[in-house]
Amino acid sequence: MVDFGYGSVKTNNFDLDTAKTELASYLAANDATFNLCIACGACAATCTASKFTNFSFRNLTNQIRRGEEESSKKEAAKCMLCGKCTLVCPRNVNTRNIILLIRETVQTIHR
Amino acid sequence: MDKSVAVIGGGVAGIETAAELGKLGYKVMLFERDSELGGNVRNWDRLFPSRRPAKEVVENALASLNGGISIYASTSISSIKKENGAFTIHSSDSKQFQAQAVVLTTGFELFPAEKKEEYGYGIFENIITSRELEKMFSDYGKPRMTNGKPPHRVAFIHCVGSRDEKVNRPYCSKVCCITAVKQAIEVKEAIPTAEIFCFYMDLRMFGHGYEQLYKEAQVKGVNFVRGRLSETSEAAEGRVIIKVEDTLASKPMRLTTDMVVLMVGMTPATGTDKILQSLGLKTNEDGFAPVKDVHLASTQMGVEGVFIAGACSGPNNITDSINEARSAALQVHGYLNGE
Amino acid sequence: MKIEGKRNIWKAYQKEIADDDYYYVRSCIRQNFFPGSETTFLRILREVLKKNVYDDQHHTTCTGIAYHCEVVPFETIMTVVGRKFALMKESGFRNFVPSCVTSFGLYTEILDTWEHHPKVEEKIHENLKLATGRNFNVPNNLAHTSDIIFKFREEIAQQAKYKLINKATGKPLKVVDHIGCHYAKMFPAKGVGGAEYPYVLAGMVESWGGEVIDYPERRHCCGFGFRQYMVNANRGYSLSASKKKFESMEPFKPDFIISNCPGCGFFFDRWQYALAEMEGKTYGEDGYGIPSLTYEEVAGLVLGFDPWEMGMQLHQVTVDPLLDKMGIAYNPDDKFKGINKEDLGRPESPKNLRFYK
Repeated sequence: MVDFGYGSVKTNNFDLDTAKTELASYLAANDATFNLCIACGACAATCTASKFTNFSFRNLTNQIRRGEEESSKKEAAKCMLCGKCTLVCPRNVNTRNIILLIRETVQTIHR
Repeated sequence: MDKSVAVIGGGVAGIETAAELGKLGYKVMLFERDSELGGNVRNWDRLFPSRRPAKEVVENALASLNGGISIYASTSISSIKKENGAFTIHSSDSKQFQAQAVVLTTGFELFPAEKKEEYGYGIFENIITSRELEKMFSDYGKPRMTNGKPPHRVAFIHCVGSRDEKVNRPYCSKVCCITAVKQAIEVKEAIPTAEIFCFYMDLRMFGHGYEQLYKEAQVKGVNFVRGRLSETSEAAEGRVIIKVEDTLASKPMRLTTDMVVLMVGMTPATGTDKILQSLGLKTNEDGFAPVKDVHLASTQMGVEGVFIAGACSGPNNITDSINEARSAALQVHGYLNGE
Repeated sequence: MKIEGKRNIWKAYQKEIADDDYYYVRSCIRQNFFPGSETTFLRILREVLKKNVYDDQHHTTCTGIAYHCEVVPFETIMTVVGRKFALMKESGFRNFVPSCVTSFGLYTEILDTWEHHPKVEEKIHENLKLATGRNFNVPNNLAHTSDIIFKFREEIAQQAKYKLINKATGKPLKVVDHIGCHYAKMFPAKGVGGAEYPYVLAGMVESWGGEVIDYPERRHCCGFGFRQYMVNANRGYSLSASKKKFESMEPFKPDFIISNCPGCGFFFDRWQYALAEMEGKTYGEDGYGIPSLTYEEVAGLVLGFDPWEMGMQLHQVTVDPLLDKMGIAYNPDDKFKGINKEDLGRPESPKNLRFYK
C-alpha cells in the first residue's frame, strides 16, 4: 500500500447498530434500579472521586448503555465506594451496587 | 329562557361548554365544521396518564348534551360580528345566526409533519405521526410497518413542529412528551422484544401521574436519549436511519430503526384567525386566540360577551380543556345576568 | 420511498432562471480537473440551444478558495466580485452565470449581505472606484450553470442521441446525484428543490432516462472543506468524508455519480484512487471504481458529443465501462492521442484501481 502522508479517519460517533450492550443488559438484569436514572447529575456533583479525576457515575452508566464496555470497566475502578452518590440520587438508583456489579463482571463475563 | 349562546367548535371543550350552559337553561347552538362531534379526541385510542379509552371521554361528554342544545354539524363559521350588544354568526355557506354570547372552542390541528423536510415524512417509508400510531392501535392493537410486519426498533421523536423557530412554532405543545411516554409503553407492551427509544430535548412531565408514567416506561426498558433528531434517511427494506446527538455524552449517534414516530405539536385550527379578525381581535404571538388575563380571566377575551375554552388559546390537555369549558360556561352565565 | 413526497417539496422550491443572454464566468481551477466541461457547456448553449453566451476573457478568480481558507477577508472578496459585476455591466449583459458552485454560493452570500446591509454595498462601490475606476451593477439574475442545463433539460432530451440506460438490459442507469454544499445549504430558496432533496441534477437524470438513487449519506458533504484539504495534515479528515459517502452508496450499486460542483466531482474521482492505493478498497464494479461525471459531461454524452473531445480521458476513475454500458460510440484508440492525433503515451496504471481493461 502507498503512504501519501495522510490516511482515512475512523468515525467517533456512537453506532447503536453495532454497539456492544452485553454489560448494560447484565446490569439491568441484576439491578432493578439501573434503568431508573434520569441523568440529573447529582451523583457526579457530590462524588468524591470527581474532585480529583474525571470520574462521573452519570457519564459512566451512559457510556455503558452506548456500548463503551472496555473503557467503562477501567473507569469503574476510580470509584472509592464512599456512597455519597447513593445518598443523593432522587430516583433511588443503587449506584454503589452498580459499581460493584461492573467490577464483578471484569472477573466473570470476560475472564 | 330566551337567551342563546353560540359555541364555535364541537370538540370536547365545545361539547362540555354546551352541556353546562344547557344545564343552566340556556339555548345553545353548537357549531362543528366536521360531520361528527368530538374533535381531535375522536382520533385517539387511549389517553394519558391512565391509558383509558379516548372514546369514553367523548361518549361521556356527548351524553351530557340535553334537548336545549342545537347541533349544527358540517357547519364552518367564517366570521362573527358584534352589533348592539348581540352577536351575528356567519357560516361559510352564508347562513346567519343570532346569539347573546359566544364561546370560542375551535381547538387545534396537528402540525403538518411534511413541513419538517429533513424528517422525511411522506417521503420515506415507516415514518408516522403520533396520531397515525393511535390509529394503528385502534385498528390492529399494535404498530405495523408498511410491509405488514411489527417493528422491532421504534424511535419516538419529541418536539416535531414545537420549540422550532425554523417552522415558526417556537412554543411547547405541552402534551407531546407525556403522549410519547404513554405510546412508548404501549408499543413495548404490544411487542415485548422491541427496542424503544424516546429522543427528547426536555421531558415535560408536569401533570398528575406523569412522572410515575415516565418511571414505568424506564422500568419496562424504554430508552430515553436527550438529543434532537437532525435528519432521517432510508436504509434497505424501508428501515429508517436517524442521526441524533447523545448530548449527555457529547457525541453524535446513529441507529437504524424500523419505525419513527413523530410527536407532532399543536397548531391553531384554520379559520380561527379569520373569526378573531372579524371580532376585531389579533392572534397572540403564537398564532392562537388571546385570552383577557392569563391568571385571572383565562376564559374571557378582549371583547365583552366572547369567551374561550380549550386548545383554542394554546396547546392544552383534555383535563384542563374540560375545566376551562365549565369555567367559561359559568362566566357566560354571569355575563348574561348582568355581572 | 414515496416519490410524490419529494415532488411536493421540489414544487415548493422554484427559482427564477434567466432565459437567454448569459454572462458566463469560468471557474479558476475547474479546467484542470475536468477540462472540456466548460467548453462543452458553451457548445451546448450555443450550438444545441442557440443561446447568446458571453465568455469574458477579462474576469479573474473570485478568490472563493482563499476566502474559505480564511486567507482573503470578506471585504476584499466583495470588491473582487464587484469588479466582476462591473465587467458584466461593461459587456452589456445582465444575467450572471458562474461555472463553479463555490462561486455561486459566494455570489449568493454577497448579494444577500448587500440586500440586508446596503451600507456595505456602498462601501464596495467606493472601494472598487478607488482601486480600478470601475462602477458595477448587481446582476438581474444569478443562476448556476447547472440551473441553466436543468432549465433546458427537456430540450436536450429531445435532441438526445443516447439515453441514460444500460443498453444490454434496457434498464435505467442508477445515478447518485451529489450537490455541492454551497449550492443550496446556505440559502435553500436559491437552489432548485431546496436543500434537503435538491432537484437540479435529479431532474436532469430523470429527463434523460436515468434513475436517481437515494442512499443514507446523500446529504453528506464530500469533505472538500478548503482548509481541510489544502493542508496535508488535515487531508485525512477530508478524505474520510468522501469515504463515508462511498461506503454508504456502494450497496445501491450506482452506475455513476453526477455532481455540479468542481471540487466534489474532483474528490469523488481522485479519492477513489487514493483509497484504492492506500487501503486496497475499490468501489463499483470489477474494481474499476464508480465514474464521477460533471453534468456538462453527462449532457454532452447524451447529446452524442465525443467523450475525448470533452476531456473525459483525464478522469482517474475510467469512464470506459460506463460508455460501453450506455452503448456510446467512441474510438478507444483515440483516448490518449493529443489534439493533432499525436501519441501522448499511456498513463501508468494504479496498483489497485483498475484503469485498463
